[in-house]
Amino acid sequence: MAEHDPELLNVAPGEPHDSMLSETISYVVGLGLALILTGISFWVASTSSLWGPGIAVGLVVLAIAQMGVHLVFFLHITSGPDNTNNVLALAFGVLIVFLVMVGTIWIMAHMNANMGPTPEMTNLQMQRG
Amino acid sequence: MSSVSEAPVVGLTHGGSEDTGLGQRGPESKSIVVPYGFWLFVLSDMVLFSALFATYASLVNATDGGPTTRQIFDRNLVAVETMALLLSSFVCGLAMITAKRRNMAWTQIWLVLTGLLGLVFLVIELTEFGGLIREGAGPQRSAFLSSFFTLVGCHGAHVTAGLLWLGTMMAQVWAKGFQPHIMRRLLCFSVFWHALDIIWVAIFTIVYLIGTL
Repeated sequence: MAEHDPELLNVAPGEPHDSMLSETISYVVGLGLALILTGISFWVASTSSLWGPGIAVGLVVLAIAQMGVHLVFFLHITSGPDNTNNVLALAFGVLIVFLVMVGTIWIMAHMNANMGPTPEMTNLQMQRG
Repeated sequence: MSSVSEAPVVGLTHGGSEDTGLGQRGPESKSIVVPYGFWLFVLSDMVLFSALFATYASLVNATDGGPTTRQIFDRNLVAVETMALLLSSFVCGLAMITAKRRNMAWTQIWLVLTGLLGLVFLVIELTEFGGLIREGAGPQRSAFLSSFFTLVGCHGAHVTAGLLWLGTMMAQVWAKGFQPHIMRRLLCFSVFWHALDIIWVAIFTIVYLIGTL
């Protein structure tokens, strides 16, 4: 494994840090944050003290935050200069994921709203004959 | 200071020199290039999952008079699954730390724990699937259930493949020691395993939590 090397201008994704203490702390902090965010997610989903329509959005935000925690603390994707290539690849991946998901949901929701002649049609009961 | 310190520079040039990346220094070592290539695979895997998520989101209400998300999902079970996979991911990280120090005993212990926690996840998921199919809520029942089984089943298939890979890696580390090419494979495995946990975060949020609001 590559140790501290001044020539090393790139770092592999998932590569742990150099000092045992700092990399263990990194994983423990990551686990702690992930546990907190997961706990909040399950609490938000089951509580009745929050404004109902906002809960789904809040859950998505919490999930994105937890994905960020996993990327930084477990996969060691950082903003450091030795991570540029990893971050650029990730940014492209996120762009495609975003386009596919938002594009599909947007278009399909409009198809349902504008082209579904009956509720039965949108419920795909036509397939049963 | 005669020696030019190679201050890292953001961008594609290397060290601010006129070197375009493949000149004086040559290409990066395999320990960088291989995990980077694997990172690209993992990202394309996430694109694949995004298509399955989009399919699920489009069909989640197409229940054909059959069971809906509220009726079939059990949040407590999902909480246990989430814990198992998160701890598995964490322990996999510990295995990487000990592997870097060439500590065979602890590396194997952490890897076994990683596998066991992954197995707990998989058994719970298969139990859930089996229960649904027995209740007549199998993938043939409705478009919603087809997309549900495709999305969550695809993740489960990845976990299964990961467990097989994990077993292979444990044997290879045991038999061949911490050689550079074994360490590369181990690093790729850990990237794969952490990525599966990231995808699970999206699944438990979008499918299970929002589905049972």
